[in-house]
Amino acid sequence: MPEEVTSLKSAAQQFDEETLIRRIRDGEHDLFYELIRPYEGRVYAAAFAILRNEADAEDVAQEAVLKAFKHIRQFRAEARFSTWLIQITVNEARMRRRKEHAHMIQPIIDHQDEEGNYSPRDFADWREVPLETLERKEVRQKLAEALASLGEKYREVFVLRDMQHLSIEETAKTLGISPASVKTRLLRARLMLRDLLAPGLGGSWSTKLSFAKGTNPW
Amino acid sequence: MVVNCEEVWREISNYLEEDVDPGLRAAMEEHIRGCKRCSAVLDGMRNVIQLYGDERMLEVPLGFSHRLQRRVEENMPGSRRGFLGWMVAAAAAVLVAGGLEVARSSVFSHPELRSEHARPGAGVPPEMLVVVSTDGKTFHAAGCPFIHDKAHLRTIAAREAEREGYAPCVRCMKKYLTA
Repeated sequence: MPEEVTSLKSAAQQFDEETLIRRIRDGEHDLFYELIRPYEGRVYAAAFAILRNEADAEDVAQEAVLKAFKHIRQFRAEARFSTWLIQITVNEARMRRRKEHAHMIQPIIDHQDEEGNYSPRDFADWREVPLETLERKEVRQKLAEALASLGEKYREVFVLRDMQHLSIEETAKTLGISPASVKTRLLRARLMLRDLLAPGLGGSWSTKLSFAKGTNPW
Repeated sequence: MVVNCEEVWREISNYLEEDVDPGLRAAMEEHIRGCKRCSAVLDGMRNVIQLYGDERMLEVPLGFSHRLQRRVEENMPGSRRGFLGWMVAAAAAVLVAGGLEVARSSVFSHPELRSEHARPGAGVPPEMLVVVSTDGKTFHAAGCPFIHDKAHLRTIAAREAEREGYAPCVRCMKKYLTA
């Protein structure tokens, strides 16, 4: 889609959103679902990335949406509504995780030292993977498994920046860390995922990911 | 400026964010051009960002939207949940009373359709999520190009869509149309 059309579309969307928010604040509460509907996938993905459990993620996503409604008057127009909604979701999910920490599965890559350098482990040539492969559920599943295997501080940053498309600053604000930390964690998350997913990697495939050694999921 | 592999790896994420100064950028590009390993790392990282950044990675569990919508509606101030609960109970009583009659006739008639020209559906999975527009007459699969009035869409269970008189779209729901 041409950039001009995209920006016109997003401008129109923003205008609609402002109108919707104003009307909801003025008492037309039944419009609220219309407002959050375009973002429900993002809300769920943010909750799932932190909790890694479908039932908890769905419950937290619902709670976050209700919280957004309750606090809709506190939303400031200078921020994007979607970013604000994701911030609420991340907070809710983190609170849930703290509450149920004892029941959480430990990530397999959590011992990495953030300050130390992470070097790529393999240099297999990874040719372009067509996006059509994402139509295949098993490919999406493999990507989700690889992501779930990262330590939470890397997972959170990666999800907010590369899946939710928040800016570095928005990601930092949402997680309460510095932009420099976001960049460091993002670098490591991207390198680790590349190592986990690059085809033909052999030893780096985790058995937990259930990829056959040296084979590609696509 | 000359950079080595370790320096490239340290900045490769920022490089993709276009967050390195022009001098470093040029040095990295020069290095990557002649280095198979760094070139593989760069391509792989680009693939990771592209794949995970795709909207298809944001899929929700089956029925998620419906459950979320219901939860939102139930929690709106002045929600008619109580009233609706009473209505549901009353409707259930009527259904029980009328049930014998329906069973006797063994004919289940479809609710009145919104369009006299539309054909009712058959065998539509009741929990399947479909999209309807407020003033429309048919229900659709999400993304169907024949959805009219895209500004006023709702995602609801097929059972509810049929109850509200919507008929299957002749294109995307063709397999559920009765002859």
